[in-house]
Amino acid sequence: MHKLLNDSPGEQIMLLGNEAIARGAIEAGVAFATTYPGTPSSEISLNLFQMSQETDLYFEYSTNEKVALEVAAAAANSGLRTFCMMKHVGLNVAADPLMTLAYVGVTGGMVILTADDPSMFSSQNEQDNRYYAKFGNLPMLEPSSVPEAKEMIKYAFDLSEQLSQPVLLRTTTRINHSNAFVTFDDIKPRQTKGEFVREPSRCVTVPAVSRQLHAKVLEKMSKAQSIGETSQLNIVDGSGKFGIITNGVSFHYAQDAVKDLGIEDNTKILRLGFSNPMPEKLIKDFLKDCEKVLVIEEGEPFMEEAVKAFAQEDGIIIPIKGKSEKLFSRLYEYDPAMVREKTALFFGVDYTPSKNLENADVPEIPMRPPNLCSGCSHRATFYEVKQAGKEMDIICPTDIGCYTLGFLPPLSMGDFVICMGSSVSSSCGFSQATDQKVVSFIGDSTFFHSGITGLVNAVFNNHNFTLVILENDITAMTGHQPHPGVDMERFGLDGFGRVNIEQLVKTLGVKHVSIVKPFKVKKSIETIKEALEYKGVSVIISQEPCALYAKSLKLLKPRAFTVSDKCVDHRDCINTIACPSFFIEDNKVKIDADTCVGCAVCAQICPENAIRPLKKG
Amino acid sequence: METTRLIIVAVGGQGNLLASKVLGEAALISGVPVRMSEIHGMAQRGGVVESAIVFGDATSSIISDNEADILLGFEPSETLRALNRCSKNTKVITNTATLPPFTVSIGKGVYPDVENIKELISDKCASLVAIDAMKLAKQAGSPMSVNIVLLGALVQSGTLGFTKENVIKAIKSRTKKSFLDKNLEAFELGFQAAQNYSA
Repeated sequence: MHKLLNDSPGEQIMLLGNEAIARGAIEAGVAFATTYPGTPSSEISLNLFQMSQETDLYFEYSTNEKVALEVAAAAANSGLRTFCMMKHVGLNVAADPLMTLAYVGVTGGMVILTADDPSMFSSQNEQDNRYYAKFGNLPMLEPSSVPEAKEMIKYAFDLSEQLSQPVLLRTTTRINHSNAFVTFDDIKPRQTKGEFVREPSRCVTVPAVSRQLHAKVLEKMSKAQSIGETSQLNIVDGSGKFGIITNGVSFHYAQDAVKDLGIEDNTKILRLGFSNPMPEKLIKDFLKDCEKVLVIEEGEPFMEEAVKAFAQEDGIIIPIKGKSEKLFSRLYEYDPAMVREKTALFFGVDYTPSKNLENADVPEIPMRPPNLCSGCSHRATFYEVKQAGKEMDIICPTDIGCYTLGFLPPLSMGDFVICMGSSVSSSCGFSQATDQKVVSFIGDSTFFHSGITGLVNAVFNNHNFTLVILENDITAMTGHQPHPGVDMERFGLDGFGRVNIEQLVKTLGVKHVSIVKPFKVKKSIETIKEALEYKGVSVIISQEPCALYAKSLKLLKPRAFTVSDKCVDHRDCINTIACPSFFIEDNKVKIDADTCVGCAVCAQICPENAIRPLKKG
Repeated sequence: METTRLIIVAVGGQGNLLASKVLGEAALISGVPVRMSEIHGMAQRGGVVESAIVFGDATSSIISDNEADILLGFEPSETLRALNRCSKNTKVITNTATLPPFTVSIGKGVYPDVENIKELISDKCASLVAIDAMKLAKQAGSPMSVNIVLLGALVQSGTLGFTKENVIKAIKSRTKKSFLDKNLEAFELGFQAAQNYSA
């Protein structure tokens, strides 16, 4: 049995934040869950996916976040407890249904989780999704620790049902990817079938209906605010003239700072866990007997601006500070020492920050950037496109996935990436705005997510570029989740459909479609050359399973290669494809037999034919 | 309870996440509060993996620069790279077996001299224990046990506030049964190597 399904109330277990959230959803009796995977949220859905195979929980990997939210919206309007989770930028994709679903509301409890990523450990921006709660009129909860995250999601379902409104649960990477002890509670029974009761005056958002609904949303938010005023999630800790208002992980940094600085006796902390709508009365009361107030929040001045506005309304004239050049930044995540230092500075407490160790004598340490894996088919495809187009000035819009790493030298294939799916649509723009050749790259999962509409646009508006779809049969980057092109029998699951990318692309009206097997180097280069010469939209589908995934399924049995004494040290292998299995020893190129999977791409490009299969024994 | 801050740095695939889980389990058995944070997005793609483990009363789950009480490095150049996490009071334990980054492997970067790394750390920090954990892991029967060898050395330092027996219990509950004997041997070899270490 899955460890998160244990019906053992009182058991203490070390869990990753994302596991704790998944367990909390199970304890809350969640019946319906949808997602598109994205770091740092991915382990929540992975665990729910695994648990759905052992229970009657419905879980699906949807094609993108907008689809996931719309699927979930229907379940939540059929009375089911529904959970939809995504990374922060995923909520941009889902923003369209989000804004109007807030008007419509729900009949079953619905929690939408956004996993924000301050410092961008694995994201293209560090947008602060608390603004979605304000923008969309959604109640929002924010945990400060792993155990609290489990409890909070349970309350979020209750709150959602109390208000008939979806609730936004906002985490940051340091909640999702921290471990702590969590105590199991009872698992509420799941109600897995609901009923949709027709209610056009709520559910059909024509203008006349929506005018009414907007007013109702504001009423719901005013009710939410009065609940928030006395919510136990909004904690006042300590007492004194120094005030700190904080949220999320910063709460613990602030608590530690107050203790470390010895100002417990004159400092009180307001931690907002129910942070939208802001509890106006609670905040005004908190401000009243403070001499000065520091707002500690990663990201944007979301609370700070509201707190200042509340102070203004009540004529409270005390210093309220947060973001400023000397205090807190809007950039990156915070840490305990930084919060301690800024707290000391603001409240005028003596504090000498620890000094960095003297490091003038430390030699330069070679970087260890992430790299495409040994035997990764993307490397082969990038090399082949580069060879096929070497006479051309090529712009390479690329997309979000492992293959984004193709922008690194020596491949250097990747010139423009802003969001999922942008490779295709931006190619339309580049090909129209310039006379440069445009070749773009997109993974299979990303193509399903949001590449298809761009390709339809390209066909309709008759743009001129080549799109390379890297079909590796899996969503690799986020940890090998399925997508609509995947054979689900590989997961041991039946009852799924399967979308064939080649047929789909042809049906969309692309006139020039070719398939390459990237480990056949010469043939692939020839095929790619033809596609590049085509005027109009051409699509190349490069088919080879992800090497890591194929190895884990034992579909790929590594067969290492070696460099023979025919090598005359051109180093074309290292200089053009830079597979991490290469190394230099005694000034000669060698291949690490433990990591080489035997894709044989290097063997095909070696001008001396010096790279050969390693003889066993 | 006093707070002890431990940073573990490793290269993806060296098993530092499992090492952290074992320590977490040992803390639970010993009644020591613990919080851990990890950065592992690119681990499978050869990047650096870092775990921060905070034992004791502090409530934060990450560790700021200069504030690690103990640094456990699974790879010598990564230990050196993490010096910014240390102060003159930090105890450092490092593996001496190198895993050169790709740039070095292909002759486009220079790997720092391991003896020099040891000297630099010894000079700047409170103490250094440097052992060839790969050699000991192989001696125990599996190169995969590097993480457990290093746990042995860490526990020998006596800085964690829980006993060797509790860590052994945690190894038993957290690691695969088929590897248990090798892991226990690896743990003991790491413990002894640290005990016998003299700079």
